[in-house]
Amino acid sequence: MEKAARPPLFLTLTAAAVAIAIALPLTYLVIRTAGVGGEALWELVSRARTLTILFNSAAMAAIVTLCSALIAVPLAFLTVRTDLPGRRFWLIVTTLPLAVPSYVGSFTLIATFGPRGSLLQLLLEPLGVQELPSIYGWPGVILALTLFTYPYLLLSVRSGLQGIDPTLEEAARSLGQSGQSTFFRVILPQLRPSLVAGGLLVALYSLRDFGTPSLMRFDAFTRAIFLQYKASFNRNSAAALALVLVGLVLLILWLEYRARSRAAYYSRGSTSQRPPKVLLLGRWKWPAVAFCAVVTAIALVLPVGITVFWLIRGLHNGYSLPNLVPAALNSILASGITAGVATLFALPVAILSVRFPGRITSIIERCSYIGFGLPGIVVALSLVFFGANYLPQLYQTLPMLVFAYLVLFLPQSVGTVRGSLLQVNPQLEESARSLGRSSWQTLREVTLPLVRPGVIAGAMLVFLTAIKELPATLLLAPIGFETLAVKIWKATENVEFAEAATGSLFMLLVSIGSTLLLLSQERVRS
Amino acid sequence: MKRRKFVFLMGLATASGGLAIACADNQSATTPNATSPTSSPASTTAASPSASPVAATGPLEKELVIYSGRDEKLVGDLIKQFEQETGAKVQVRYGDTAELAAAILEEGKNSPADVFFAQDAGALGAMQKAGRASQLPPSLLDRVESRYRSPDGKWVGITGRVRTVDYNTKLVKPADLPESISGFTDPKWKGKIGWAPTNGSFQSFVTALRVSQGDEKAKQWLEGIKANNPKTYPKNTAIVEALSRGEIAVGFVNHYYLEKFKQENPQAPVDHHFTNDVGSLVNVAGVAILDGTKHPNIAQKFVDFMLAQDAQKYFATKTYEYPLVSGIAPEGNLKALNGIPSQATAIDLSNLNDLDATLKLLQETQVI
Repeated sequence: MEKAARPPLFLTLTAAAVAIAIALPLTYLVIRTAGVGGEALWELVSRARTLTILFNSAAMAAIVTLCSALIAVPLAFLTVRTDLPGRRFWLIVTTLPLAVPSYVGSFTLIATFGPRGSLLQLLLEPLGVQELPSIYGWPGVILALTLFTYPYLLLSVRSGLQGIDPTLEEAARSLGQSGQSTFFRVILPQLRPSLVAGGLLVALYSLRDFGTPSLMRFDAFTRAIFLQYKASFNRNSAAALALVLVGLVLLILWLEYRARSRAAYYSRGSTSQRPPKVLLLGRWKWPAVAFCAVVTAIALVLPVGITVFWLIRGLHNGYSLPNLVPAALNSILASGITAGVATLFALPVAILSVRFPGRITSIIERCSYIGFGLPGIVVALSLVFFGANYLPQLYQTLPMLVFAYLVLFLPQSVGTVRGSLLQVNPQLEESARSLGRSSWQTLREVTLPLVRPGVIAGAMLVFLTAIKELPATLLLAPIGFETLAVKIWKATENVEFAEAATGSLFMLLVSIGSTLLLLSQERVRS
Repeated sequence: MKRRKFVFLMGLATASGGLAIACADNQSATTPNATSPTSSPASTTAASPSASPVAATGPLEKELVIYSGRDEKLVGDLIKQFEQETGAKVQVRYGDTAELAAAILEEGKNSPADVFFAQDAGALGAMQKAGRASQLPPSLLDRVESRYRSPDGKWVGITGRVRTVDYNTKLVKPADLPESISGFTDPKWKGKIGWAPTNGSFQSFVTALRVSQGDEKAKQWLEGIKANNPKTYPKNTAIVEALSRGEIAVGFVNHYYLEKFKQENPQAPVDHHFTNDVGSLVNVAGVAILDGTKHPNIAQKFVDFMLAQDAQKYFATKTYEYPLVSGIAPEGNLKALNGIPSQATAIDLSNLNDLDATLKLLQETQVI
């Protein structure tokens, strides 16, 4: 590795600010856990149940990541590099499940595949099927989380594929490699950083998700932590459990760090802008279309269809559409600001970790993921504590809410920016510096334009997850600041399917709109 | 050099965070001591007019902040009426009862909340235990029967919610339903039961079972039901949904979920069954005034308002809950509160905050 130069001050300062933000929830957890007391803590951590949920959560994260990769890699390849019929269309719709909140998705999966009275069972009833095998537990949680998180991997692998310099492949082919061996020996290794980065997001998202394990009755960490608050109002044991979860997150982060290679992912030569060769599918054309169609049907058409059905049923029973525009605007406002601010903070962290590698910079970069692996309620309560007691002027204001979202979702932006940056040849920046540009000018004029796809993808990911966040919104938003997520939650608490459906559809619309925006940016580049 | 700077900054962040928590812990540790001299005489002499912080006569403040674990659809209109009546500006943070309770505990003395309106007695008990609920005057407490309020006078119930066994009328004949909740441990209910063991109301019921029949009996009941392979749901609404689909034959729920479900699905083949014991426990949703309130008078006025005829009637007709102030009947085809058999067993709701033991029992029996 080249010797790392001293990072510019503005990078150092912002990265340090990020470090402070990250330290807050973690510090809170450590001190609250200390309140449990040694013996009780050992009992809590070592008992069979804690070990079970630890195993459940770890296995769930691993399986979901693997399944997501099995869906995402073929999809990415098909939509970027082949003559798949309707390629542009599939490119868009296979990304959209990202916009389906996992609790809405899980709910519709249960309504469709539940053991009794579900859509599928009613369809099969004439054939004598009274009860379907249970979806609850492992199958349900794996299915739901895979279907609604694989787009993280898809987006990341796709931008990785697009960033590969086609000359590399051409070189491989001209040296006599077959198409297959080019894929395994050139393309796949080049995709490693995007696979690892996307996989990390999928794994952490499945660890932090509360809606799916709770609806699918799966004993995961988030459920156990929530139970501690709910059943015994015991913040200390909840914090202790959350800290065990942090341990699991750290293990995953360490594994990911090990999986990264030190190879260069940019080409040494001139950056080629030629589009890569399109692979002809031949007789695999229609199986490929069927694959895309099945994934889209279950992960997108089904949730949207059932939500629309609930809405129509409600309208039929005299339900009138509420005005959700203010809530939608609040959602867009809070998530939008978060997306912007997240980008501002993610850039320095990513640049430091890629251009100035070192133990400290990687610790900062790694740490930014911790908040993303924690359930929203844990992070929210830690900020409730710091906010109410030390920043009462800011407590329960919009900036506070945005800050909470940042602590939770910043890594999504860090990850994608980092991925893009790895594909930029640092010699371009060095040339700019040698031509007399300051480090700030280099960043603005050279680096930023080149990592733009990663920056935009990161901002959108942050936006899309922030818009779904519930516990942090309930506790930290200004009083009366209602978002769509809050509206949907209230409706489900009240058994109002039509209202919940309206909220979900609105959220889907906003999210799909912004996903399309993201994709249009991708298109500009390709 | 740069490394040292980072280490320094990280360390600074961690240390200041740690200090912050440590200080706050000291605060909360000292608050009970600080407040106990003032609060204990108040509680011992609650009946004497001078000791109770009555402020019905004092000037009403113009602001009130409520943390409400009850949904806006249930209480929003009432709160608007209260605003009109008093001219005060009321701000409500709606949320999950348990999460709000945790937030109030984390906020400490700096909590912006004046009043906590909770879904269940357990959360109010937790406030009382942490020394965060302030004394209510007898003029408010006495309006509801003693079993529906804190014996120390720290919170008061507003409405009653009853545990019932809802059943699918196509799958079960009413005559087959047992008189006692323990009847459902019979193997003939195998695979037919739905429950939500993580739900707060269910856990309150288990606590009541422990309090009324002893830990051993409660354990036997949980194991008996578990042996019948019940289907586990995340909450009551999901149980009612599953009942209407026929996924299960009976489900342990609160009474009003079905009433609401039938609004959207009038033909749902589901009905109530009340057992003759703690299986139809009456729990309450209630309020506590927080210790840090800067608006004690308007806060008391709010409690007063919620216990007045109009509000009580409103709950009966709009949320299908049981009014707790005597003289107001529940709506629809619900049995009157004193017609519910579990009344006879007289369970002290303030004991329902012993949730740690219940949670332990639930985990021991591997129910959750």
